[in-house]
Amino acid sequence: MTAAAVPTTTWYLVLAAVLFGIGTVGVLVRRNPLIMLMCVELMLNAVNLSFVALSHQMGDIGGQTTVFFVMVVAAAEVVVGLGIIVAILRRKPNATADDLAELKG
Amino acid sequence: MLDLVWLIPALPLAGFALILLFGRRLGDPKAGYLATLMCSAAFVVTVGIYFDLLSKPSEERQHVYRLFSWVPVGSLKVDLSFLVDPLSITMCLFVTGVGALIHLYAIGYMHGDPRFSKFFLYLNLFALSMLLLVLGENMLVTFLGWEGVGTCSYLLISFWHERATAATAGKKAFITNRVGDWGFMLAMFFAFQATGTLSYIGINGAASTMAQTTATAIALFAFIGAVGKSAQLPLYLWLPDAMEGPTPVSALIHAATMVTAGVFLMCRISPVLNAASSYAPNLIAIIGVVTALFAATIAVAQNDIKRVLAYSTVSQLGYMFLAVGSGAYTAAIFHMITHAFFKALLFLGSGAVIHNMHHEQDMRRMGALRKLMPVTAATFIVGWLAIAGVPPFAGFWSKDDILLAAYDKSPVLWALGLITALLTAYYMTRQVIMVFYGEARWHDAHEEHGAHGDFEPHESPTIMLIPLVVLAVLSVIGGVINLPFNATTERLTSWLEPVLGVHESDTAKLPFALIAVAIALLGIAASIMIYSKHKAKPVEPEFLAEGWYYDAAVSGFMGGPGRAGFNAIAWFDANIVDGAVNGIAHVVRGTAQRLRTVQSGNVRNYAAAIGVGVVLLLAWFVIVRGSR
Repeated sequence: MTAAAVPTTTWYLVLAAVLFGIGTVGVLVRRNPLIMLMCVELMLNAVNLSFVALSHQMGDIGGQTTVFFVMVVAAAEVVVGLGIIVAILRRKPNATADDLAELKG
Repeated sequence: MLDLVWLIPALPLAGFALILLFGRRLGDPKAGYLATLMCSAAFVVTVGIYFDLLSKPSEERQHVYRLFSWVPVGSLKVDLSFLVDPLSITMCLFVTGVGALIHLYAIGYMHGDPRFSKFFLYLNLFALSMLLLVLGENMLVTFLGWEGVGTCSYLLISFWHERATAATAGKKAFITNRVGDWGFMLAMFFAFQATGTLSYIGINGAASTMAQTTATAIALFAFIGAVGKSAQLPLYLWLPDAMEGPTPVSALIHAATMVTAGVFLMCRISPVLNAASSYAPNLIAIIGVVTALFAATIAVAQNDIKRVLAYSTVSQLGYMFLAVGSGAYTAAIFHMITHAFFKALLFLGSGAVIHNMHHEQDMRRMGALRKLMPVTAATFIVGWLAIAGVPPFAGFWSKDDILLAAYDKSPVLWALGLITALLTAYYMTRQVIMVFYGEARWHDAHEEHGAHGDFEPHESPTIMLIPLVVLAVLSVIGGVINLPFNATTERLTSWLEPVLGVHESDTAKLPFALIAVAIALLGIAASIMIYSKHKAKPVEPEFLAEGWYYDAAVSGFMGGPGRAGFNAIAWFDANIVDGAVNGIAHVVRGTAQRLRTVQSGNVRNYAAAIGVGVVLLLAWFVIVRGSR
């Protein structure tokens, strides 16, 4: 039995990349605005994860501090974004992101 | 007392504002009395300031009254301030004095006009602008007044704008004046560039250290402005047509005050003119004397009573520029004052004739009015003797002063001036004979009309006669302000000396005076022989009646090649300039039309574009930058 593999920074970065990819694909292919918002959050948190991992590896607290800022901004963004989505769905129930093309040039 | 100078323009301004607000309610004739009162009050204030100034020693006779800072922009600081010195107060004295008399006269002349109060509104606005012009301490205030009098001139020439000729004459005056204003503005710009200030004290103070070419440029561009305003060749065209306005306007604006603004400006910046190259004053003297002679020849063949006087005004203004060009600024101002007296008198006299002949202006339909209008005739004759240069009337002294200065400059100028004096005496005598002597030619004229029945011209109301009498007295004794006998009788010269300097001359005066008198008498005698005794046929060739076809030539040029040229410029503007602008707009619109499809409105497309962009940026960083 080999010794339990010790998670290295690479693991976390790979996980972050995978999460980021899932988020990106979600934003691009899903049409439900709520799901798209969640995917954006996923991408943000993937970035946060890479920040924390690298911060730990380098022994620099700056990365973790940045994460707090990102989380605060993300929280604010969720408030605004959810507000907009709720307003849209009230006017047009079952609207998809593709239906919301009033600003088409 | 000197600090009350703001009252001088403020009083006509108050008159203007009051008539603007209550003019209709005041009506005929109260609005006229109000305007006259304001102008007279300004005259009284001016007299007060004059005596205050007189009581000071001559080197202290300069006072700047600053009202407020008008244009503070960077290094350009222009105040609305007034310069009180002998020159400006002299101008104010006759502007307000003659102005008040003409206001009074206009009450009678304009009586019954439907726009009576509006006329006095304009008249007071004119007085205000003219006083700003002469009192201004810097070129910008003068320019404000300069444009103001131009506007009032336009409004008053076309006062009876129902007549197409009056409306056209107004436009002609305005446009011709704009040509000159261009010169004034350039002179201002040059002066500011050279000295960093627009104040006359600053500019004149810097004149001695100024580069000669700069001084020449300022003087000549100011002269272009003066040529436009004072109706000299080649921009005199508007003044004869300006006679379409009511006669008090002709007397006030187009004889006594506004048209002398150009002469005033040249005197105001005389130190700059003195610092200029010698060809600048030479040019001014030549244009002056040529205009004087040119206009006098035209006046010989005119039949309209006012047009004779209009050309005569152009001619007399030419004399003033001859004096300016000869360096005799005081002589120019002296002639300006006496001219204001006798020319206003002649215009008002002609106005009285026109008024009582029911707007007949053709002298061929007048004659023998002497008995019917004794006061008008007597005063007109005084004006005639004054302008003809018969001693001891005012015109003799001032004209003699100018001719003497011209002789010091060049005998040719003097000779041309003398010929002009001969013609002046000739055509003015012709006018007096045609209007007041000979046989009455108005009976048959009005029988043709048939409307007036037993029409007979009669004397004007007293309110019109008072100004005539006052001006006649001034035309007789006006010369006393500057008698050329010795230093104490040359009052005007010593009064203006701090501003204008003295024109040194050691030419003996008496022979010239005798020659001038002889010439004047010769002109009068010739005219009497031709028009009264009918010894010879009148010489009134067609080309003189038409003003040497100058007007027709300008109209022909502007109507033919000029119009074609302007049409070509308009075509260039419409097609090339506008075409370039429209072309750019067209290209932008076409491009935008294509580009706007990029804005699909589809959020996921935008997200994909951002994603692709991020990937490309990363690729660039990794591959291109990373490989270094």
